Amino acid sequence: MNVVVCVKLVPDPNTPGELDGHTLLLRRDMAEQVLDPGDENGIEAGLQLVEAHGGEVRVVSMGPERALDAVRKALAMGAARGLLVSDEGLRGSDALTTARVLAAAIAREPFDLVITATESTDGYTGVVPQALAELLGLPAVTFATAVTSDGTGLTVTRQDESGSATIAAGLPCLLAVTAGVNQPRYPSLRGIMGAKSKPLERLTPADLGLAGLGGAGAPQTVVSVTPAEQRGVGEVVADDGTGAHRIVELLARARVI
Amino acid sequence: MALAPVWVFAELNQGRPAPGALELLTKARSLGGEAVEAVCLGPGAREAAAELGRHGATTVYVSTDPAFADLLLGGPAADTLAPLIAERGPELLLFAGTHAGRDVAGRLAAKLDVPVIANGLDVATGGAITVTTSIFGASQVVRTEFGARRPALVLFRPKSFTASPDGPAEPRIVDVPAVVEERHRRVRVMVRSPEVAAGPKLEDAPVVVSGGRGLQDPANFELLREVAGLLHGAVGASRAVVDAGWVPYSLQVGQTGKTVKPTVYIACGISGAMQHTVGMKGAQHIVAINRDPEAPIFKLADLGIVGDALTVLRQLADELRSRAG
Repeated sequence: MNVVVCVKLVPDPNTPGELDGHTLLLRRDMAEQVLDPGDENGIEAGLQLVEAHGGEVRVVSMGPERALDAVRKALAMGAARGLLVSDEGLRGSDALTTARVLAAAIAREPFDLVITATESTDGYTGVVPQALAELLGLPAVTFATAVTSDGTGLTVTRQDESGSATIAAGLPCLLAVTAGVNQPRYPSLRGIMGAKSKPLERLTPADLGLAGLGGAGAPQTVVSVTPAEQRGVGEVVADDGTGAHRIVELLARARVI
Repeated sequence: MALAPVWVFAELNQGRPAPGALELLTKARSLGGEAVEAVCLGPGAREAAAELGRHGATTVYVSTDPAFADLLLGGPAADTLAPLIAERGPELLLFAGTHAGRDVAGRLAAKLDVPVIANGLDVATGGAITVTTSIFGASQVVRTEFGARRPALVLFRPKSFTASPDGPAEPRIVDVPAVVEERHRRVRVMVRSPEVAAGPKLEDAPVVVSGGRGLQDPANFELLREVAGLLHGAVGASRAVVDAGWVPYSLQVGQTGKTVKPTVYIACGISGAMQHTVGMKGAQHIVAINRDPEAPIFKLADLGIVGDALTVLRQLADELRSRAG
């Protein structure tokens, strides 16, 4: 089973984000940049499938030069090959442009399965997997919380608002996983050393035959960013044994008891 | 100048219009379109049309093809919508940001090559179509304008608007053919397993008692359930404990979970990551209990207790029981 996993370099979710006051884009030079934690679940799912059924995992990413770090981490975890598509013109790309670039990068070679996270930890748009599936002509199973395979298809548990569903999916298809799907492995020292000699290709959108993409042609424009209305400052107290009673008083004032 | 029609994609939830559809129809009435119309696909769509009409839809495009329930909705719904949109030319399509809503809108954007904005909180149509979203844990409000391409697609956070019926309108029902590309039949729903929860629904409960990593052990959620029960409320959870498998996803509050706006929200052992706070910051009163005085949740709290959540919850349960006496 040949699996393509999409990954993204994002500002470390554990550090607060900041916008560039001029471009109104996320400042990517401020925070530490890491492989999106959600993508680690996608890589792990891909690795488990090829370990059980043969084939290889290749990793595809769109982002600045620094995104090579994210691809390298995926290689250190066990992916066989990586590809990064970079171009200054892609800064600030919307979800559909991102999906177009990833689709072109994925379609260069045959595959059985494309795996993505549910949404990136920085943008939270959450529509790239579906757009990507459409562009690649694939059916999709999204919001996966468990995946098993007999080698020819997948059995997926998919969460939704009312509970969950068991889905049978034939290949090829796209699978978008949640963080609950597995526990990603840590790269071993051997994996980290071995990653340095694995193939890592770098292309531009032009290499993929894509033109006229990116921020300048973006079909939507951010017109303002302003601070949200803040809640009034509340009372924060150390629990001296009266904490529970204070809560009861608040519940009574709010007339819920 | 009147806009072309504004459409709402009206998802069905166990055969009934999903709450998000009614919220969006209510909003759509105020946008000044030529008409407010709904698209409703799946078994039960025809019966749902009346309620959609009461909330403002003058026309409901309907297909009751079983494929919309037997397969995942995203592919077949986008395939069906694309020719309908080409024929009828709506200006703007509003989707609830549910799992299925995201599946449909994401595919449709790629299919039609039109922009989609997700996590919308509000939309305005004076001149350009402008969508309000928030970033950085809802600390900043962002306004984004659509360019000229139509239709514009917007996915909204749940409860961005309050649903209110607009009288007993009988909408015009227009049957539309289901379009299901063969590839989507490769993915089939074998079993649906709805969760049955006791007590009020998380989204509707007047009090929500939520737990995070600070509860230390999945078994301690029993204490939350007890306190929630005493308050006729519901139990919620942070993503961290859902991902860790302590409680089911249906309890998750936050960006990727449910949005709640209870009268009182009690966050127990939850640090207050942005992921979580966007789903609960609309509560009227927020109580936080956390051992870490620096936890960001305290910035939102009307009452913050720095201490052990389990100790405070046990005392709270005792005091509530004695009041109920």
